[in-house]
Amino acid sequence: MLMRRYKHTFLVKGLMLVIEMLRWIKDLCVWKENLGPRAPGALYKGTTMMHRFANPTRFMRVANAILPWTAGLAVLFLGAGLYQALVTSPADYQQGETVRIMYIHVPAAYMAMMIYASMAVASATSLIWKHPLADMIARASAPIGAVFTFVCLLSGSLWGQPMWGTWWVWDARLTSVLILFFLYLGYIALVNAFDDPARGAKPAAILALVGAVNLPVIKFSVDWWNTLHQPASLVKLDGPAIDPAMLRPLIFMAIAFTLFYVGVGILRLRSEIAGARIRNLQLGLTHG
Amino acid sequence: MSEFFAMGGYGAFIWPAYGAAAILLAGLVILSWKSMRRREAQVELLRAGRRKGRQDVTETPS
Repeated sequence: MLMRRYKHTFLVKGLMLVIEMLRWIKDLCVWKENLGPRAPGALYKGTTMMHRFANPTRFMRVANAILPWTAGLAVLFLGAGLYQALVTSPADYQQGETVRIMYIHVPAAYMAMMIYASMAVASATSLIWKHPLADMIARASAPIGAVFTFVCLLSGSLWGQPMWGTWWVWDARLTSVLILFFLYLGYIALVNAFDDPARGAKPAAILALVGAVNLPVIKFSVDWWNTLHQPASLVKLDGPAIDPAMLRPLIFMAIAFTLFYVGVGILRLRSEIAGARIRNLQLGLTHG
Repeated sequence: MSEFFAMGGYGAFIWPAYGAAAILLAGLVILSWKSMRRREAQVELLRAGRRKGRQDVTETPS
């Protein structure tokens, strides 16, 4: 009896979700018609497919609604994370106080890879479904990822000097992360090389996808090659090998950085959408 | 307090790491915010100009 009732509510929930999705698809389909014949908000001249799936107005309504929450939560997590990282967490028995650099270094490295992975997913979406918002998400993400990669390299260097006795070594982990940084820079340069970003979308997406090969290389570089860099202690099959007093600030900082990415990503996405609108309006003005 | 800032003698490495991260991330927020405001203002400007242009056409039909 209980089982059946549970099933029933589950079924109803599933049904409601399906209805919600159908309404969303319907909304997407009528979106173009709502814009009127001149379609001033249309992002690209192109197939109707593009227009149908691109709904920046609706997307930005949701994004703007969550923006203050991401900002507030990011500040909270950053505050709590920094306090734990600098004050309450213990010094390492081998590395002493320098272990505190880890609370910047490791979350920044995680962000560097996570943002690149999301760029690759967005680029695949852009190539397969020609979704202009996907391009914009990838373009908006790239500078954020580049900054996090640079923070990761810099903090790693500042950690390497006292612990390894050198700012830099050309070993697999460090070199592959440097390549990641150059991939970000290359992507940004490629996107900016086109006057109309819509035309640069395809080569940029291909670059992002090809570069994604580097991600597993970074992750497993400490296992595949001899390196100064210590092996993974967090993302392992048998669970994290780290004291909870150190794990907690790490997770807090990682959450704060992720929220930072979402928040700044929304700002940059608005910027991308506005840029597309500017081009469209200017095109409309010159053509009368 | 000075003991806290000394960080067991490693302050010269720890604080630049935190400081650089703070400056870079804050700079990214400021640049992203400014670029967004500038572009959205330009959209408004172009739209206003367009509306005005249309009004002129309807007001003085030739």
